[in-house]
Amino acid sequence: MNIDSIKNGFVIDHIKAGKSMEIYHYLNLESLDCQVAIIKNASSKRMLRKDIIKIDAELDIDVDALGYIDSNITVNIIKNGFIFRKIHPELPDRITDIIKCTNPRCITSVEQEIHHIFKLTDRDNAVYRCIYCESTPKTRE
Amino acid sequence: MKHLIDISDLSTTEIDELIEVANDIIENPVKYQEKCKYKKLATLFFEPSTRTRLSFEAAMIELGGNVLGFSEAASSSAAKGESISDTVRVVSYYSDIIAMRHFKEGAPMAASLKSDVPIINAGDGGHNHPTQTLTDLLTIKREKGRLQDLTIGLCGDLKFGRTVHSLINAMIRYENIKFVLISPPELKLPDYIKNDVLDKNNIPYEEYADIEEVVPKLDILYMTRVQKERFFNESDYERLKDSCILTSDKLKTAKKDMIILHPLPRVNEITTAVDDDKRACYFNQARYGKYIRMALILKLLEVN
Repeated sequence: MNIDSIKNGFVIDHIKAGKSMEIYHYLNLESLDCQVAIIKNASSKRMLRKDIIKIDAELDIDVDALGYIDSNITVNIIKNGFIFRKIHPELPDRITDIIKCTNPRCITSVEQEIHHIFKLTDRDNAVYRCIYCESTPKTRE
Repeated sequence: MKHLIDISDLSTTEIDELIEVANDIIENPVKYQEKCKYKKLATLFFEPSTRTRLSFEAAMIELGGNVLGFSEAASSSAAKGESISDTVRVVSYYSDIIAMRHFKEGAPMAASLKSDVPIINAGDGGHNHPTQTLTDLLTIKREKGRLQDLTIGLCGDLKFGRTVHSLINAMIRYENIKFVLISPPELKLPDYIKNDVLDKNNIPYEEYADIEEVVPKLDILYMTRVQKERFFNESDYERLKDSCILTSDKLKTAKKDMIILHPLPRVNEITTAVDDDKRACYFNQARYGKYIRMALILKLLEVN
């Protein structure tokens, strides 16, 4: 399978197989006019199978937020056809409006304009809690 | 500017200082009667309260200040759909400090992000109630003479009981504290408190369903009400409401110097016959609430 190489943009590599669409939607890639390639279930020595996203455009990406979605990914910044920088995102201390609190007793369930903010309370186990009600997000794997 | 949203917002030194000031207020009330002259406390109570609201108001009045506010959501602009953020932003123009109670968890935290004046969490749903905890600590200090080396029985609704959650967070700072958790299985302490607070800090705890079998080992028995307003399903409430009731008979094997606390209001979880027992301290506890809130208002307003 041939996919054109990128001149200036990003390659998001080492995405856990099956997670690429989550990142695609989070980065709102469907709104871009440039070339975007999603490679699913690519062979990987380390991961056996992985997903890759290639974006042929220079974007302002919140790398830390990507770290929350999948902390094992690598973000390669491509400039003039070469890898300019590799970034291994860490779990961010706080994430804002990436996930929503689902606790029906939380103030976020009624206050329309409020930001959904979660803080990292246990880095070893990647536990995040809502800053308002302290509940954990249910959707996280 | 400092807010009090969660008891963990206060260091152990700050808590000890508040207790010291509260004790001094009890001994020398005249010294404090004009400390907050020309200051205004706004009490924004979106959920009903008797003790907490009135003790806040009495506290500010005894400090020489004034009070404004509302005692139910229906008499505020919340009934028209106004957001917490807007309400607090406006009220902070009219007052020097705000005490807020809300039925939604985290509402005071959301308010603190928009307020120009200190916010005190006066209870947010089943989540936290830090000024009740300060009241509990002052009561324990005055009635037991210490805050360390205590076995504390927490009884009743440990799932939605915000006073219990805040008290655990406060007491784990002191040496040699053990908890005995007494509740029906459906109202057990949430896992996030067991895991993140008790286990993480190596605090010993045991779980039981009945008071009688564990009462002899307790220094403090902290009773709580099964709160009807926390249940989405009334049949669950009816099934669980009478699960932990303290009677004089159940106290026969308790230590002579054990103290019985309850944040009040009580429904039937402590029979009125227990009120005459010397170990019953819950009315004194309500009295101390005013003094610790006076100390807190002074601290947050930075009045010396």
